[in-house]
Amino acid sequence: MIKKFFLSFLVIASFVFYAVHERGEQSEAKVLLPPMQPTMPPEEPTVTPVPPTPETAGPFGPPSQTTPQPTAIPPTKQVRRYKDGAYIGNVTDAIYGNIQVKAIIQDGALVDVQFLQYPNDRRTSVEINQQAMPYLKTEAIQSQNSQVDIVSGATDSSLAFRDSLASALAQAKN
Amino acid sequence: MGMPVAIEIVDEQATTKIFQEVFAYFRWVDEKFSPYKNTSEVSLLNNGKISLSEISSEMKEILALAKETKLKTKGYFDVYHKGVFDPSGIVKGWAIQNAAALLKKKGMKHFFVDAGGDIQVSGKNRKGKSWRVGIRNPFNRFENVKAVAINEEGIATSGTSVRGMHIYNPHRVDSPPKSIVSLTVIGPNAYEADRFATAGFAMEKEGIYFIESLPGFEGYMIDSSGIATYTSGFENYLI
Repeated sequence: MIKKFFLSFLVIASFVFYAVHERGEQSEAKVLLPPMQPTMPPEEPTVTPVPPTPETAGPFGPPSQTTPQPTAIPPTKQVRRYKDGAYIGNVTDAIYGNIQVKAIIQDGALVDVQFLQYPNDRRTSVEINQQAMPYLKTEAIQSQNSQVDIVSGATDSSLAFRDSLASALAQAKN
Repeated sequence: MGMPVAIEIVDEQATTKIFQEVFAYFRWVDEKFSPYKNTSEVSLLNNGKISLSEISSEMKEILALAKETKLKTKGYFDVYHKGVFDPSGIVKGWAIQNAAALLKKKGMKHFFVDAGGDIQVSGKNRKGKSWRVGIRNPFNRFENVKAVAINEEGIATSGTSVRGMHIYNPHRVDSPPKSIVSLTVIGPNAYEADRFATAGFAMEKEGIYFIESLPGFEGYMIDSSGIATYTSGFENYLI
């Protein structure tokens, strides 16, 4: 069942959406390509995206309206794919240290991923004198509602993170 | 869950054919460099089906760029993961850059090329203004936390956020507070921005100092508590 679901997932992933429209003097085209750095190999369990809810969306308020982006959002289905509980993934090598995650499943869905290990004790350190650069500023992030043309954001996770999460989810499989 | 590629061309002489050529280029790159396709040159190399003396000129270029980037990032950027060659971290920015060069060669002046959130812009947007780029909230993908205006630069974001899923819950007091979740870099082009965003992210909290140390680059880093740290010239780009 999960394989079947994932298969259809892959079909959607490789579906190339191509739209060219010309409005007056302007042209625009957007397309979804198969991943250059795809997700997991097909044998591995897939991750059900959890849409942010008011409870889990973080301290930054409810989702606000932004410019529609041509991101490939997989279909969200309310399928009980995992057994409730907490599952610990393998320790995986992230080049710059080890990563290990714990996946929390509630009501059959992945609701939280906690880092048990992440690289903060590496032997090599960046040889940059932080004292020499006092110009960095900090702020608490907050929602920005300006109209934008494009959005920059991370869309792929590190391989090590995925490996550890995949092994945690494999244990949670229904 | 494919990596989306979006291109907008404002120039009125843009034709469907030009779009098709650029998208075909991205497909070609994917076929050649995807570590998940058995027939890609990357896989053939990893499986020992071809030797280093048999690789294409493009692969030679990628290997040279990867070597140079590793040196420039104190080893934080490495295309070898557990002994397996995976140049994805450098190929994306490189492909965006080449696609932008292709558009310029065709006479296009005002456009953007966006591959998976890493972007190269050129000229002005359809309102005749600088391109406006939002920086996505790593805790809420429906929301932006900053908006910057750029004209010829590249912008790239590196992060651990899984698409459509929040990883960290900033409300949890027992969540690890030290790690960073997102690093956005503005640089002279998408290739430069992408490779230094990737390396800077691997450096975690020191990454933003690394970006500060690079002339011509600015960065905006967000940690797992929702606190952002940004470089001295970043504010110049804010809308």
